[in-house]
Amino acid sequence: MTSGLIFACAGAAVFALGVAGVMLIAHLLRRVLAFNLMGSGAFLVLVGLGQRAGVPDPVPQAMVLTGIVVAVAATALALALMRRLHAATGRAELPPAGDDD
Amino acid sequence: MKRALVVLAAGLLAVLLIAAMLQLPAPAVDLPAAVGARLGESGVVHPVTAVLLNFRGYDTLLEIAVLLLALLGVLAAGGRETAAGGARAAPAALRMLARLAVPLMTVVAVYLLWAGALRPGGAFQAGAVLAAAAVLLHLVGLLPAWRSPAVPLRLALIAGFLVFLAVAAALLASGALLQYPPARAGALILLIEAALSVSLGLLLAGLLLFVSRGGVGGR
Amino acid sequence: MAWLIVLPLGWASLAFLLGPGRGAVAAIIGLAAQLWLVADLAAAVSAAGARTHAVGGWGAPLGIDLAADGLSVVMLLLMQAVALPLAVYARAYFAPGADESRYFWPMTGFLVAAANALFLSADLFNLYVALELLGLAAVGLVAAGGGAPQLAAALRYLLATLVGSGAYLLGVAALYGTYGTVSIATLTPLLAAGQAPALVWIAGGAMLAGLAVKTALFPFHFWLPPAHGGAPAPVSALLSGLVVKASFYLILRLWLGPLGELAAAAPGAGWLLALLGSAAILWGSFQAIRAAHLKMLIAYSTVAQLGYLFLIFPLLAAPSAAQAGVMHVFAHGFAKAAMFAAAGALIRATGQDTVAGLAGLAERLPLTLFAFGLAGLTLMGLPPSAGFLAKWQLIEAALAQGYWFVAVVVLAGGLLAAFYVLRVLRQAFLSAPAAGALRPVPRTLEWTAFALAAASVLLGFRGVDLLALLAAGGAP
Repeated sequence: MTSGLIFACAGAAVFALGVAGVMLIAHLLRRVLAFNLMGSGAFLVLVGLGQRAGVPDPVPQAMVLTGIVVAVAATALALALMRRLHAATGRAELPPAGDDD
Repeated sequence: MKRALVVLAAGLLAVLLIAAMLQLPAPAVDLPAAVGARLGESGVVHPVTAVLLNFRGYDTLLEIAVLLLALLGVLAAGGRETAAGGARAAPAALRMLARLAVPLMTVVAVYLLWAGALRPGGAFQAGAVLAAAAVLLHLVGLLPAWRSPAVPLRLALIAGFLVFLAVAAALLASGALLQYPPARAGALILLIEAALSVSLGLLLAGLLLFVSRGGVGGR
Repeated sequence: MAWLIVLPLGWASLAFLLGPGRGAVAAIIGLAAQLWLVADLAAAVSAAGARTHAVGGWGAPLGIDLAADGLSVVMLLLMQAVALPLAVYARAYFAPGADESRYFWPMTGFLVAAANALFLSADLFNLYVALELLGLAAVGLVAAGGGAPQLAAALRYLLATLVGSGAYLLGVAALYGTYGTVSIATLTPLLAAGQAPALVWIAGGAMLAGLAVKTALFPFHFWLPPAHGGAPAPVSALLSGLVVKASFYLILRLWLGPLGELAAAAPGAGWLLALLGSAAILWGSFQAIRAAHLKMLIAYSTVAQLGYLFLIFPLLAAPSAAQAGVMHVFAHGFAKAAMFAAAGALIRATGQDTVAGLAGLAERLPLTLFAFGLAGLTLMGLPPSAGFLAKWQLIEAALAQGYWFVAVVVLAGGLLAAFYVLRVLRQAFLSAPAAGALRPVPRTLEWTAFALAAASVLLGFRGVDLLALLAAGGAP
């Protein structure tokens, strides 16, 4: 059980936590944090599995760098939209779906 | 009920993944060896930077586009009441510390950019430190929030991406996309990274500064 | 072919530099150039077969490869051919200085670049980045300048799309961990060769599930109606006509490529998709028939029409099934863009967006309603439209393999589509016109809507050529 494999297993658990969080939590800020957990979990799996033989692998590390930037961009957009929604409605939760027709 | 179902499903997913990961055979393709073999032609010494800016440089190009797009989205959703100025200043000691820290941070950023060729570092790290410096200045009240960007700021924001795109287009016109001539690869990569550092710093700072409504405790 | 990505990135940057609200002309010129490039690429692929471009000169699996085969070229053609008229439409649609159009042109440029990058990429991780670029562009466009409902719709869309790409990324991570590469060309033979480890099955499932969320497959469709129904008309047209097709393209690409062996070994997966697709057709059509607002009606119609695309998966043993899927993507792309364009013109004219408010408009906006009707023709699947061709092939593929109930679903869907299309037309033609003056509608809006709708119908005549292109490039 190399360290890479431990990271990967932790990543899987974190990913599952994140998915459950995005689907179940109502408060938007915490949903965005849950999404970040999802992303981090996937990155851990990527890097961990790549290094499970003990040899550091630069390719997944570069891919994760890209992934982190993409996640930051998405998080920033989500937070900005959430702030605007909060300014407009006073609540930091999405209105229940289906009440807009 | 839905809660229990989702939690159960997520737990199941985690367990299945872990069980599957523990029984993996050795991979069929050995990319680290391939990277090591061709590192000399890439123009940089550090393998991660080589992958990021040369072997998979196209990913990096698209990723900068993603960041730019996030900023565009933030600006587009902005609305007219994007505030500027009116920062409530922080205590003098904090401002003094910020004034001391920011030049140091800038030096660190330049170092990170330069060091990227030889050890972990590069444009993103440098840009992040620059952005942190800008955010620090904003939080202590020395830098007001930004309004809708005027031409100079727009130019600075997009300059890094445009340099990268211009190099890519030039190389495309004379060969394959992003195919650096091995002799000039190092210099080109440094040029692109330098432009990117500045733009990324401004971009990342802008993601906060275009949304913020003032300074300390501004609401 | 890499110019198809570099060029839109270029004019998007230029549009940003020029300032808020500017950049329309750059976009139109850029899109026209891209259309010409795609036509050129299509000719090359028809003549010489699929081509690849090794970015950076490294070649997969070390570098990233771009690949253009029949399927890619057809999707690129759709993208450029629909985006160009929509650009012309959008230029006339947005009032100068409007909030919602301040960053429309740069974001649209990035959207087009992302889609082109998606269709050309042959590297799974690169596809992830392109997917994210596409998703964020779409969300930005939906959120632009909107009030609380639009922001909520944009956020819901954003969260759904992020969960989708997160699941896709997990799959990519697992595949890299198993095989050491993310290049499609390298992976496909590896996956076809031996017994795939359990992790690969989970990876495949995660990727398909993530992409299904992004394509709004029932029951993951909840984000689509508010987002497409609430956005400005040109944005809705881009999203419904083009963006959702991109993730479907990826599902098809994976299904026919690396995950092909897994799909063959698990026919249940294909039937599950078909079942969900049937549910989408029924539910989407039902909601469209009930919808009070015009754009919500059209958005629900999108949910229904996307269901057809998933019916092809259990039938892929017959080549006409994949052809039917692509033909439907094409037909629906043009038709839905035309419908939203027409709706935009109608809403602009009457100042409100309910179906009831369209009473008697046929006399005063005949061209727009004709466009709407033509688009409806395609959606209903009436000859000689491309929609008819698609449905015909689908039914043929289904009957050839003995699955007559699929054919029944297809026909039922067509009937339900007739209900909601005719509902709108009836209101416009038969009801007495309401009092009140109509606001003037620029002729450009009507003509572009008509052009798109006519294309969707006339494509039926050229359908054979399209399918030849699909096959000629050695499509999988």
